[in-house]
Amino acid sequence: MLLTTFRRVVKTGFVNFWRNGFVSVSSVVVMTITLFVLGCLIFLNAMLTASLEALKDKVDVNVYFTTDTPEEKILALRDTLTALPEVKEAVYTSREEALVRFEERHKDDAIELQALKELGDNPLRASLAVKATDPSHYEAINTFLKSDPATLSADGASVVAHVNWNDNKMAIERLGQFIDGIQLFGLAVSIVLVSASVLIVFNTIRIAIYVSREEISVMRLVGATDLYIRGPFVFEGMMCGFIAALITLVSYYPLTLWLGPATQRFFGSVNVFTYYTGHFGQIFLTIMVVGMFLGGFSSFLAVKKYLRA
Amino acid sequence: MIYFDNVSKHYNDTSRALHEVTLSIAPGEFVSIVGHSGAGKTTLLKLLLVEEGPTEGAVYFHSTDIHRLRRRHLVEYRQKIGTVFQDFRLLPNRTAYENIAFAMEAAGRSDEEIAGDVPYVLELVDLTDKMWNFPHELSGGERQRVAIARAIVNQPDLIIADEPTGNLDPINTYEIVQILKKINDLGTTVVLTTHNKGVIDSLGRRVITMDSGRVVRDDASGKYVL
Repeated sequence: MLLTTFRRVVKTGFVNFWRNGFVSVSSVVVMTITLFVLGCLIFLNAMLTASLEALKDKVDVNVYFTTDTPEEKILALRDTLTALPEVKEAVYTSREEALVRFEERHKDDAIELQALKELGDNPLRASLAVKATDPSHYEAINTFLKSDPATLSADGASVVAHVNWNDNKMAIERLGQFIDGIQLFGLAVSIVLVSASVLIVFNTIRIAIYVSREEISVMRLVGATDLYIRGPFVFEGMMCGFIAALITLVSYYPLTLWLGPATQRFFGSVNVFTYYTGHFGQIFLTIMVVGMFLGGFSSFLAVKKYLRA
Repeated sequence: MIYFDNVSKHYNDTSRALHEVTLSIAPGEFVSIVGHSGAGKTTLLKLLLVEEGPTEGAVYFHSTDIHRLRRRHLVEYRQKIGTVFQDFRLLPNRTAYENIAFAMEAAGRSDEEIAGDVPYVLELVDLTDKMWNFPHELSGGERQRVAIARAIVNQPDLIIADEPTGNLDPINTYEIVQILKKINDLGTTVVLTTHNKGVIDSLGRRVITMDSGRVVRDDASGKYVL
């Protein structure tokens, strides 16, 4: 019996969708626009996150050690730092490597190289390039470097000669604020756009079902159960969502392909087309589930109004 | 079968649609309810269909107070009643066949029963050739015959016909009344409201006359007197 009811509900939903041609098409169009906006927000969020990550990744602080600090001491400090939750990575550059890089960088600058040669000994310091998991953690890392016993040599003096945090402090803090601001703004815009689109879809379906209110009252009078009246409408709504999701997903293919190079230039690391094809499974599921849920649930609520006996 | 026990219906303090109505209808009766517009005929039917509840009193169907029925039982109750309205109230996006099949599907009948019974009732109302037409492709009389076919397909205990001939010409009116009489002859109780004097006089059955929400006459074999 339940199976028969289910079969009839699905069949009626299909038939209604087909026969209500114009209403169905307009519901699908409105839902496609909504899902399209939602998908664009997903892409924009991914692009923004990726480029902000890339930006964050460019920030680091360099810790320079006094020239007489033994390498083991620095490597031990590196391990201590890496173990901190705030630290993403710490890359060691020895004095010799620093010298090689300096020479490489100034290979066309005879005066600099001459000055270095006259000093005789390697004047450059070994360093650790420390990257934090978040820009806001640099302050804590800096404090750690200033005060932790691990940074003290055997005679109690600090092995840390200089931390360039203080030079970059302002810029890093500004960047942190900028990133927070952008993310908050993005969230606000997403909430507004998604709410507006959901309301538009809900209203479209409500109007579509308002047209059928007489029909619903007739169904009630001939003794149809709520499930039997509501089922086809909910199924029809889900079908609209399904078709709208398919149209949206298909239309993203040429669109992202076309916009791919432009996004790569604008956002730096990410190509929107690569992102779309790489995350197709997740995007497909999100758009499909949201579309079908939105269609079904809007219909469910809209019919409810006319079912009250 | 049906018993209105001192029923009043007030929409507000000044608007009294029904006032202390008491009447009973026996199984197999053909009862016509007549009265001016606003006399309370439609309100009486709405109470019987549980589209509205009484302000005072109770309405019984086979000794059950129908306004105290739970939702699930209300659905079962409505499946025992066939309804025919002046404005036909067919489902516009379904063919004549599908409109009748819907009532059977709603009552949980099997596909085989539907495939057997729908053509049979369409034949009864002489619409076999219009089976696959949509309501907008049918004339008023044909639509009303589809509505009657839908009302009788589940073999209800009671047919409620609210001015079923109100929108029809005399020939179609005559045909509809003949069909209703035939249904009644087969044992189904019929409650009919109408403005049509000719219909009442030709029936020669029980007539309840209403005025200002009260029952003013109840004649076993009445004529249209207002």
